[in-house]
Amino acid sequence: MLDFPRWKTIGISLILLAGILFSIPSFLPEKAFNSLPGFAQTKVNLGLDLAGGSHLLLEADLADLQKTQLANMEKTVRTAMRGEHGADDDIAIGELRRSGNQISFLVRDQAQIDEARERLFRETQGAGLTGQRDWNINIVDVTRIVLTPTRAGQAQAISRAMDTARDIIDRRVNALGTREPTIIREGNDRIVVQVPGLQDPQALKELIGKTARLEFRMVDANADPAEAAAGRVPVGSEIVPYAEGEGSGAAFEVLSRQVMISGEQLIDARQSYDPQSNLPVVTIRFDSGGSSTFARVTQQNVGKRFAMVLDGKVLSAPSINEPILGGSAQISGNFTVASANALAISLRSGALPVKMAVVEERTVSPELGADSIEKGVIAGIIATVAVLTLMIIVYGRFGVYANIALIFNIFLIIAIMGAFNATLTLPGIAGFVLTIGAAVDANVLINERIREELKRGRRPFQAVELGYSEASRAIFDANVTNVIAAALMFWFGSGPIKGFAVVLTIGIITSVFTAVTVTRMFAAHWLRSRRPAAITI
Amino acid sequence: MRLLKLVPDDTNIDFLRWRKFASAASFLLVLLSIVLVAVRGLNLGIDFVGGQSVRVEFPAEMPPIEDIREAVSNVGLGEATIQQFGSEKAVSIRTLLPEGENVTADSAGQQLVAGIKEAFPTARTGAVETVSGKVSGELLRTGALSLGLAMLAISIYIWVRFEWQFGVGAMGRLFHEVALTFGFFAVTQIQFDLNSVAALLTIVGYSLNDTIVVYDRVRENLKKYRKMEIIPLLNLSINETLARTVMTSVSMLLALAVLVIFGPDVIFGFSAAMLLGVFVGTYSSILMSTPVLVWLKVGPHSFVPRTAEGGAERVTRSDDGAVV
Repeated sequence: MLDFPRWKTIGISLILLAGILFSIPSFLPEKAFNSLPGFAQTKVNLGLDLAGGSHLLLEADLADLQKTQLANMEKTVRTAMRGEHGADDDIAIGELRRSGNQISFLVRDQAQIDEARERLFRETQGAGLTGQRDWNINIVDVTRIVLTPTRAGQAQAISRAMDTARDIIDRRVNALGTREPTIIREGNDRIVVQVPGLQDPQALKELIGKTARLEFRMVDANADPAEAAAGRVPVGSEIVPYAEGEGSGAAFEVLSRQVMISGEQLIDARQSYDPQSNLPVVTIRFDSGGSSTFARVTQQNVGKRFAMVLDGKVLSAPSINEPILGGSAQISGNFTVASANALAISLRSGALPVKMAVVEERTVSPELGADSIEKGVIAGIIATVAVLTLMIIVYGRFGVYANIALIFNIFLIIAIMGAFNATLTLPGIAGFVLTIGAAVDANVLINERIREELKRGRRPFQAVELGYSEASRAIFDANVTNVIAAALMFWFGSGPIKGFAVVLTIGIITSVFTAVTVTRMFAAHWLRSRRPAAITI
Repeated sequence: MRLLKLVPDDTNIDFLRWRKFASAASFLLVLLSIVLVAVRGLNLGIDFVGGQSVRVEFPAEMPPIEDIREAVSNVGLGEATIQQFGSEKAVSIRTLLPEGENVTADSAGQQLVAGIKEAFPTARTGAVETVSGKVSGELLRTGALSLGLAMLAISIYIWVRFEWQFGVGAMGRLFHEVALTFGFFAVTQIQFDLNSVAALLTIVGYSLNDTIVVYDRVRENLKKYRKMEIIPLLNLSINETLARTVMTSVSMLLALAVLVIFGPDVIFGFSAAMLLGVFVGTYSSILMSTPVLVWLKVGPHSFVPRTAEGGAERVTRSDDGAVV
């Protein structure tokens, strides 16, 4: 056990040296850190509770997603039944409706039902690994087709929507120009947004909360306002309310259900000013498909009105005075510069495929964070010094060895956390202090064992050897149980607990190395070079 | 140089003489803790019940609590819990979830901040937290789950590494420690939040650490002194590990006391719970973890495989003082 060949000594020394080197970047001020070469730019990140900033947990409205999914399928049914080759190719359908979680419609000509089914099947996709499709197509009562999303199809839809939502939120938050935001998916239907340094999350929440589903739809001129007020509208139309503060008195518009152009056909959106009124507006540009549709529809409908609908609320419903051919349009509304800018960002980044709600929010001011760091570091230093002193008083030379190992341990923890870009949270600091307390335990076990063996009359060399070998079994078992606790904290815990578990796990691993291997190396070299007749411990 | 010895050499204290008394005391304490948690309840933080929490710092003088309470009640978020927090000029204000599910996370926290700023323009809000009912429910569930699983997993590990009696002993001891910590939170009414769960898990880990050291020595002695009665053998094992138990506890208590006194006040509850946990853990190591082994009739046969002759042979040799 006390046999330390040269290569082992060199290996251990190299690890310790690397530990010190790689922990250096974490102590450097930001400027010096940035001038380091790329590979060395690894450091311990500070959690939001230390650096200050905002943490938001967003949850998707899955019921809303399902509604959209059904609405899209409804559209798909219409287009598929219309056929690709003109009027002869159409399949006449009726009673198309959504009820609960399914879509059903009637095929007027019984002979066409298989063709209808075939066309729909082409629109469905494989989902999951079992060869399942994302929709079930069933024929009921010979003439009725019922479409139901399968479980796998729904799971796939949710997963896709969440990925898209994550990307869109990422773009939106980045457009705010904050530093290093973290946006990650969590679980099935959640997204975590963390923005260091951000003090007032209100603007962020507004920006994220906007679905920004933009639609251009024709106003139904045939609708009778009195009938509409009573809730009765022509077939193919629906009542859409005005957004708050818009509509100059009118509460709603009757719009065609069909969407002329949607937000996906935008290529740009910017905040600008209306040339006449000088009020803030959002100028948008369509892609080529959107431009030509817009040009065609406005040509056909001069004198009529169309409506711009954002998230199911009418913003404005201007008249078409002349065909609009340039492929750009202005969205006016009750905007401030800031809100127009926010809308422009949301439109630019695309519509959120699903509504998101904030279900958890934590904001820490940078002052409180700085205060926590300062107190945490002071407590850490005092605790370390106290423990180091105690070790020397109780174990003398072997205490010094343990202390040197402990200091190396601190550097190693920082270096490993830096290498993984791990985050140090406030409970993490507590974990650090705790690791220091626990790290000495291994040395206490060893040293007490050496004392015992000496008392039994063994010679120094043998006592030290036995001390290490006999104690290591208990050290191993004890640390495994701690790792079990830490692993469970990591898996099930959230936020602060995770940070604590990370420090604890790294600390346990490094402390076994430093407290057992490194101190043994010191002890072995001392015993070999001095060959003491007696040791004081 | 004379080194300090926290525990004199060759102690020979008959710890197990007090085993009935200690077990009765522990049993009563556990019972008391459960009653306290049931009657007084835990001061659950918003992590587990949902709601809004704002940490407010007053730069000059702290206004009377009644004034703060009034300012908060004007916001209309219902009854507020106001606690002094850390320094003398800071309070933590908590309100319950507002009625109507979806208002929660979005606006209530901001309303609270606005209301406080209006009443006390110089006040600074350090941390604003909002947790909706759904999330708090999940946090409570996963917190309880991770605690339960940790206790179970560790007990199973000990059962595998040692013998089932040791696993039972470890489990009982864990239950003891966790119950007392809950009792501590119920008595002091320190806010019980996610950090407290981390503290509990650490206490679980630490406590097991201690158990293992004692049990490891019991195992070793069982193999070494096969003819010794179980009670003297357990006493011997506790006495042999006593110096280590005390030394580790002292250094842990030292580190934690520093954290309680000088550390960030945000984790005061965490450090305080840990401090208590280590204290209880030390008592348990010495007086609590071994009586179970007497009752469950652990003996040398628990470890030496009956079939393997080699095992017995090794034991005889180690009696002569050679290396095991």
